[in-house]
Amino acid sequence: MIPLDHYLIVSAILFAIGTAGVFLRKNLITILLSIEIMLNAVNLTFVAFGRSLGTVDGQIITFFVMTVAAAEAAVGLAIIIALYRHRESLNPDTFSSLKW
Amino acid sequence: MDGWLGVLIMLVLGVGFAAVMIGLSVLLGPKNPTPEKLAPYECGMPAVGDARERHSVKFYLVAMIFLLFDIEIAFLYPWAVALRDLGWPGLMQIVTFFMILSVGYLYVWRKGALDWAPAARARNALRRGPRKAA
Amino acid sequence: MFNSSFDAVVPMLCVTLAALAAMGAEAFRARDEKMPIGGLGIIGLVGAGVACALLWNRNTSSFGVIVADNFGLFVTMVLVIVGILTIMFSSQVLEVDNLPRGEYYALLLFGIAGMMMMATANDLLVVFISLEILSLAVYVLTGIRRDDPRSTEAAFKYFLLGAFSSAFFLYGIAFTYGLTGSTRLDRIGAFLAAQSMSDNPLILVALGLLLVGFAFKISAVPFHMWTPDAYEGAPAIVTGFMSTGVKAAAFAAFARVFLSAFEPFSQQWVPVIWVLAAATMILGTVVGVAQSNLKRMLAYSSIAHGGYLLVGLVAANQIGKAAILFYLLAYAITNLAAFGVIAMLASSNDENEELRDYKGLWHTHPALAAMMTVCLLSLGGLPPTVGFVGKWYIFSAAVSSGYYGLAVIGMLTSVVSVFFYLRVVVMMYMSEREGPEPVRPRIARMGMVALTLSVILIFYLGILPTRVLDYAAESIATIF
Repeated sequence: MIPLDHYLIVSAILFAIGTAGVFLRKNLITILLSIEIMLNAVNLTFVAFGRSLGTVDGQIITFFVMTVAAAEAAVGLAIIIALYRHRESLNPDTFSSLKW
Repeated sequence: MDGWLGVLIMLVLGVGFAAVMIGLSVLLGPKNPTPEKLAPYECGMPAVGDARERHSVKFYLVAMIFLLFDIEIAFLYPWAVALRDLGWPGLMQIVTFFMILSVGYLYVWRKGALDWAPAARARNALRRGPRKAA
Repeated sequence: MFNSSFDAVVPMLCVTLAALAAMGAEAFRARDEKMPIGGLGIIGLVGAGVACALLWNRNTSSFGVIVADNFGLFVTMVLVIVGILTIMFSSQVLEVDNLPRGEYYALLLFGIAGMMMMATANDLLVVFISLEILSLAVYVLTGIRRDDPRSTEAAFKYFLLGAFSSAFFLYGIAFTYGLTGSTRLDRIGAFLAAQSMSDNPLILVALGLLLVGFAFKISAVPFHMWTPDAYEGAPAIVTGFMSTGVKAAAFAAFARVFLSAFEPFSQQWVPVIWVLAAATMILGTVVGVAQSNLKRMLAYSSIAHGGYLLVGLVAANQIGKAAILFYLLAYAITNLAAFGVIAMLASSNDENEELRDYKGLWHTHPALAAMMTVCLLSLGGLPPTVGFVGKWYIFSAAVSSGYYGLAVIGMLTSVVSVFFYLRVVVMMYMSEREGPEPVRPRIARMGMVALTLSVILIFYLGILPTRVLDYAAESIATIF
């Protein structure tokens, strides 16, 4: 059986990749995907902990997180579409009508 | 052998349901064939062309709505697995959950977000209320 | 209904039902039909308020994850007030800006339901879900003026940083769950108190991640970057709503998580929050002085007020905990009323939110100018307003716990902040307007009623605070 540490390391790496993506990528959709990667990294952590603790709580929590992530993605996409109509661009550096 | 009876019933029900649905849509659905609709790979837009074409915003809208209603199914699986243990309270809870969801569905439907027709027709439909079956 | 496991959720059930009804009404509304959807919301909120009063002192809990203790009910009550005032202010804004009514009220009510859930949550997962419910509603409300690029941009920035921070928060929950085996706050607290885990670095990681998540939501420095942009771009009344409601709910959950579940680790987190509080007060005040846009100025002021609330959290003695609750109420009423004035003065094509737009307001709208003055003085913490009492209790709590440094920083920043609040007052009374008078909409009666109510509350709580303070003290007696 794969020990708990390995799962935790993988999810930490995934979380770090997501975080880096939010800061480094220049496309709004990619940034949104990076946030989803972060949430999925957390899901992996939950499932791994749940398995090592011998309860199903971790998996149940994952269902809730998935649902929340989907709702968040829908709202995010809607806002991005509204923004694109004004700016004709998906590069966050062009959004400067408010001081960043 | 009798352990498989449930599977057989399940199979018959599944195939039967699909057959009835297809049959009904053949019998009752309006028929208005156009070359696009008769194309072997029909997905709502020309199958051949530049991949960088801009899509109508309708696609995003429907995709987002689909995403939201689709993911809620995730809650049905755990409920279905523990159906016997949860009993009536569990059924009431899942029904409440879907009642709330259906308010959202009603809203989306009445607002015309599911209409593929041009905006004018969607607006008319809103004013007159849902169209009667032709 | 009562004495069942559903008791504790009745307040948020009322609000949710009102929200669903608003959504249904909007769906089946004919094109030009006018509907009193706002009234529907007020009915739901009043129902929630009545339920709160009935649940007071009964300490019920639903399924173990929602607890209607007095602490949660006090915050729920604050949220009811915030909701009712927001709806009263909104009627005019919706008219002037031609915003979609049904959606607006439904989102507002869903947001309030999420906030109530967050204030009474006794489980980290429920805290997360309620956080998302309220956040998603508020993101959309921020961007509800779809044809205004600034509103959309504000919504996007708020969304991006909000989603980012909630991922951190969730990661913190995951570690807490892994280490303690539960997400229930009472069980986490019992586990941490029983076992000495201070040598385990993972629990500190969990604590840090949770802290980052909360700090984003209450816009503590250095996690405040989204606040000025989101507050400036959103419609003024939405800004008022989110700077009070979201903050109240987030602080309630913050206090509950850190003062009950993570109490055994206070040695570790108190110094960190000390630094956050000091930085938040100083930056919010200093940068606020430099602003020329009233909404942006009030955004920085609300950051500074978050700092004062953090002082109460650091000085978590009996006075401090009660002071947090009282200050939340004081700040909510005052700030919402101030943004209400801004919202009422905005016309459809010009928001009139630059400081110079307020020059000579006394001559054209004397009543509004007078009430705005009361709000600004209360925000600045001058007697005899509620802001003074709130600050007094926060700082005296800090002093009695021995945090003299924080108390001094707090008082100094309060004095500086009085300067920029008074600048607006002086502009409204003293200076004459150059150039043409800005176009102002007709002021709706409903908004004036809400504003008058707020001002009466500001004075009432400023002169006779004992009764409500007793309630606040009673609230924290049941937990912690």
